[in-house]
Amino acid sequence: MESTSLIAIVSIITAGVTIAVGSIAPALGEGRAVSTALSALAQQPDAATTITRTLFVGLAMIESVAIYCLVISMILIFANPFWNHAIAQVTGK
Amino acid sequence: MRLSPDELVFWRHGFFVLNSTIVTTWALMLVMTVAAKLITRKLATEGRISRWQGFLEIVVTTIQKQITEVGLHHPEKYLGFIGTLFLFIAVSNLCAILPWYEPPTGSLSTTSALAISVFIAVQLFGIEKQGVGGYLNSYLKPTFIMLPFNIISEVSRTFALAIRLFGNIMSGAMIVGILLTITPLIFPIFMNLLGLLTGMVQAYIFSILATVYIAAATRTHGE
Repeated sequence: MESTSLIAIVSIITAGVTIAVGSIAPALGEGRAVSTALSALAQQPDAATTITRTLFVGLAMIESVAIYCLVISMILIFANPFWNHAIAQVTGK
Repeated sequence: MRLSPDELVFWRHGFFVLNSTIVTTWALMLVMTVAAKLITRKLATEGRISRWQGFLEIVVTTIQKQITEVGLHHPEKYLGFIGTLFLFIAVSNLCAILPWYEPPTGSLSTTSALAISVFIAVQLFGIEKQGVGGYLNSYLKPTFIMLPFNIISEVSRTFALAIRLFGNIMSGAMIVGILLTITPLIFPIFMNLLGLLTGMVQAYIFSILATVYIAAATRTHGE
C-alpha cells in the first residue's frame, strides 16, 4: 500500500476516534455541572446572577476540551501536515 | 474548504501578505472607532441624551460592573483593555450575519495575538501593583518547588485562551458549511443562530477570563 493512502486511512480513523472519545468526558462533565447549578439555583434563587455567570464560565472551560479534540480532528482531515509532506515528497521527486 | 480566513489572500508582495483576516480586522477597527467618535462627539449630561449615547453608557457601565464583580476594585483602570477585548470579539462574531463576511476571530493568528496581549497585560498589571520583586515572588507560592508548574500554567492558559476562541468560531462556520451540503433548506439558519449565541458567550468568556487572570495577578496578600 502506498504511503498517501495509508496516511489517509489512519488520519480518518484517528479523527473519528478523537472526536468520539473526546466528547464523552466533556459531555459527562457538563451534565454534572448543569445539574449541580440547577439544584443550587433552586435552593438559592437570590444568587442567580453569580451562579449563572460562574456556570457559563465553567461550561466554556469544560467545553473547550471538546473543542480541542474538534480542532485536532479538523486538522487531521482538512490540513493534515503528514499528508502534505508525503505529497510534496512524491511530486518533488 | 478553507480552514481559516488567512488562506484568502488579496495581495502579496514578498514578505507582506494582505489576507482576509487583516482586511476584515482593520475594517472592523475603522467602523468601531468612527462610530465611537461620532457618538461621543455631542455628549450631554442633562436634558435629552441621544439614543446612541444611552446605548454606549449601558455597554460601558455593564462592563464596569462585571469587572467589579470579578474582584478588581478600580474598574476604570482596566476598562480600556478588557472593554476593547470584549467589544472587538463581540462585534467581530456578531457581524457573521453579514453575507460573505468571515470573522477574523476564526483565524488562529488573531486569537493568538489577543491571547498574547492578555498574557503581557497580566504581567504588566501584576508588576505595576506589586512591584517587580513582589510579582516574581508570587511564582514561588506556595513553595519554590511549584515554580515550573506556575510557569507552565501561565503559558498553557494562554494557549487555551487562543485555541478556545479559534475552535469555537471556526467550528461554527465549519458546521454551517457542512450542513449546507447535506440539508441546505432551513437547518443551517438555526445553526447560524447558535453560532451567534456561541460567539457572544465566547466574547464574554474571553474577557471574563482575562479579568480573572489580571485579578489573580494583582491580588496582594493583605486583601
